[in-house]
Amino acid sequence: MLKISQELVDQIVAHARRDHPDEACGVIAGPVGSDNPVRFIPMINAARSPTFYEFESGDLLKLYREMGRNDEDPVVIYHSHTATQAYPSRTDIAYASEPNAHYVLVSTRETGTDDGPSEFRSFRIVDGEVTEEEVTIAAGV
Amino acid sequence: MISVEIPTILRTYTGGERTVAAQGPDLAAVVTSLDAAYPGIGDRLLEGQVLRRFVNVYLNDEDVRFLDGINTAVTDGDTVTILPAVAGGAHTARVR
Repeated sequence: MLKISQELVDQIVAHARRDHPDEACGVIAGPVGSDNPVRFIPMINAARSPTFYEFESGDLLKLYREMGRNDEDPVVIYHSHTATQAYPSRTDIAYASEPNAHYVLVSTRETGTDDGPSEFRSFRIVDGEVTEEEVTIAAGV
Repeated sequence: MISVEIPTILRTYTGGERTVAAQGPDLAAVVTSLDAAYPGIGDRLLEGQVLRRFVNVYLNDEDVRFLDGINTAVTDGDTVTILPAVAGGAHTARVR
């Protein structure tokens, strides 16, 4: 199960809308071992593509060094699909490399850059196996 | 000695170690010495003779793709950091 604050959900969805029709991506870091997403870190999609995302390599190194210094894990790794459902694609599964992370997918296919209900789903991706999990949104922060 | 930082997903090869030692004089030799110590890890880094597209390798602060790739020279005291790309997307073309 992913437990996440409404504020972080809103930040992820806002990022996805802002970058639509390109895919948006980022991380929510949290204290090591806590499984608690706290720090919202939007990343630049180096691919700037509606069908692909990749963290820029220099940014990736900075991100991991920063998380290392702060004793943080990448608790959530999120990205958007902009024309398809919020479900991991074959590409997502092939490149998933954080077995302890919650892979969050948002789809902006219905709303594009506008407000409205959005698909927000979370998955574990381990050794090529996808398992959807429940998302519990905490009211407070 | 070269210090190599191992990402979570490859620590199954290193018995959980985050940082391990390897030998130069270049990145190819580093990978060879890693694979000798931790059999199988080399295949996770290389495809044939080149670095896998979705594995990022840094010499100190620089992505080795912007240096000499697998032929990048390393010297004692250097740190090599391995980070799998964080990548994906809706694209459904065949992936390797």
